[in-house]
Amino acid sequence: MTLHIVVTAKQVVDPETPTSAFLIENNKVTTSTSFAPVINGYDEQAVEAALRIKEALGDVVITVLSCGSSFALDVIKKPLAMGADNLILLQDNAFDNLIDPTLVIRALTSAIQKIGDVDLVISGRQASDWDNALVPMGIAELLDWPVATIARKIDVIGNTVKVERVLPDGYEIVETTLPAVITVSNELGSPRYPNMRGIMGARKIQPTIWEINDLGIEYQSTEIAMELISLEKPIKSIETELIQGEDEADAGRKLALRLREERII
Amino acid sequence: MTKALVIGEMLNGELGAATFEGIAAARILDCSNVAVMIAGASIELAAEQAIFAGADQVFTISQGPAADGEFDDLINASYKIAKEIEPEIIIGSKTIIGRDVMPRLAFRLGTILVPDCMSLERDAEQRIIVTRPTYGGNVNARIACVGQPVVISLRPKSIDAMGLDQSRSGAINEIEFTSNIRTRIIEKIEEKSEGISLQDAKTVVAGGRGLGGPEAFDSLQELAGILGGAVGASRAACDAGWVPSSFQVGLTGKTVSPDLYIAIGISGASQHMAGCSNAKTLVAINKDEGANIFKEARFGVKGDWEKVIPAFIEQLHELIN
Repeated sequence: MTLHIVVTAKQVVDPETPTSAFLIENNKVTTSTSFAPVINGYDEQAVEAALRIKEALGDVVITVLSCGSSFALDVIKKPLAMGADNLILLQDNAFDNLIDPTLVIRALTSAIQKIGDVDLVISGRQASDWDNALVPMGIAELLDWPVATIARKIDVIGNTVKVERVLPDGYEIVETTLPAVITVSNELGSPRYPNMRGIMGARKIQPTIWEINDLGIEYQSTEIAMELISLEKPIKSIETELIQGEDEADAGRKLALRLREERII
Repeated sequence: MTKALVIGEMLNGELGAATFEGIAAARILDCSNVAVMIAGASIELAAEQAIFAGADQVFTISQGPAADGEFDDLINASYKIAKEIEPEIIIGSKTIIGRDVMPRLAFRLGTILVPDCMSLERDAEQRIIVTRPTYGGNVNARIACVGQPVVISLRPKSIDAMGLDQSRSGAINEIEFTSNIRTRIIEKIEEKSEGISLQDAKTVVAGGRGLGGPEAFDSLQELAGILGGAVGASRAACDAGWVPSSFQVGLTGKTVSPDLYIAIGISGASQHMAGCSNAKTLVAINKDEGANIFKEARFGVKGDWEKVIPAFIEQLHELIN
């Protein structure tokens, strides 16, 4: 029987964007157009995890699901170039600049139900913009599916999923049954680069686009639990003392003396 | 009367910092009644500690899967308490436990978690206002929490614990709930590094991409040895396989708060700074003169670590021995 995996992927501001390029306008974080968006790094690893399962089991379909108000198609199609089979975009102005992700969670959950035969949802452990780590947990609770987080390895054996879950000092093996939601961490390893065949193949696949009205969500804006008051760039108050010497080695020696002087060592 | 429920945690058999910080947060918000949940084997002393630390009531789970740290039952138990006492606010921590338990508890209660709060207060209308970092620390968001109940998680070490008052008293009750484990822990595998643990170390010597390879970490080990500290690393160094992922300091690694943090060859991306910005003194050594780390450091040396570190070590030997 075919195993159907949904991978959730979010288009985000490139986290490598320099601090000075972050702009706050009308309570929204933007960057100048010279910085292209990327797929959240952990979500690329979620795609990688799904591809590894497909390589191990063979009969696997991977559908990538993304929710947003607008997409850079060449960016969001990257999972297809990596080897995913389908791409569904939940695209609607209603998803623009949401501080409270409740609506996004409802939309993704409805989409998973609409797809119908999903066995496994794999998500990045968190997104690099808000670092909430809420969406996969929300999907799991709304679907009433079990969840295993921060995976570095996923093994699907029949109806059972074994996950190596990263701990601060090692890892643990946890086990659950399908259908389930799993989040993956960077310890899984680097996502593969798309090869030429993948890139050509991805060009031919058109994403399916669903608007909020296609999803049958009952949602009122009064349901939100977070109201944004303001966004601010943090004020750094530290004054840096640069240690200089005749050469780099001398600077190293002076650093030790300076730290001793300040009774830090 | 405003009630708070703190989802407390044990750490190495004792009441964890997350619990103390959660109780302190409830007091900052003027909650008049603070209940705490803790789970673990032999927790009588910890329950008493929680009372001394400011709790009015402690719910304990001393046996079964929740006491062993199974998330599913920690959620089942905390959900039951929340339904029973109907708190205005539920406070947890963004720890290894809280990352799983807090969001799912909030969803089950029909609301959503406000994660990673660094500070909290009430506004004129008595709403709970929190500040939390976003965009890897490049932007702080101030958010009014309007959920019912409000569910928040604290960034560890953001709130100061209160002192213990041994004259305080309160009720301690074991709670009963229906166990339902769907994701089960089969085995834990420790990959402990030798020596002082990163989180306990007074000095942390951390290396990043700028070190160029795994060999450099030998020098860092030597440096840490002299200073009685531990070695850490940026995510880039861990992902490159130079050191195990247990060395990782940062948003998705460990949060450390040593007296001295020496960052070598680390650019200071905010994802990394999230794990070390609580250090009392930060020293940066980097040959990239424009590295962000110099904006965050108290002391900086702009130079090649291969030249700076040996001389630094030599001078330390003279000073310390």
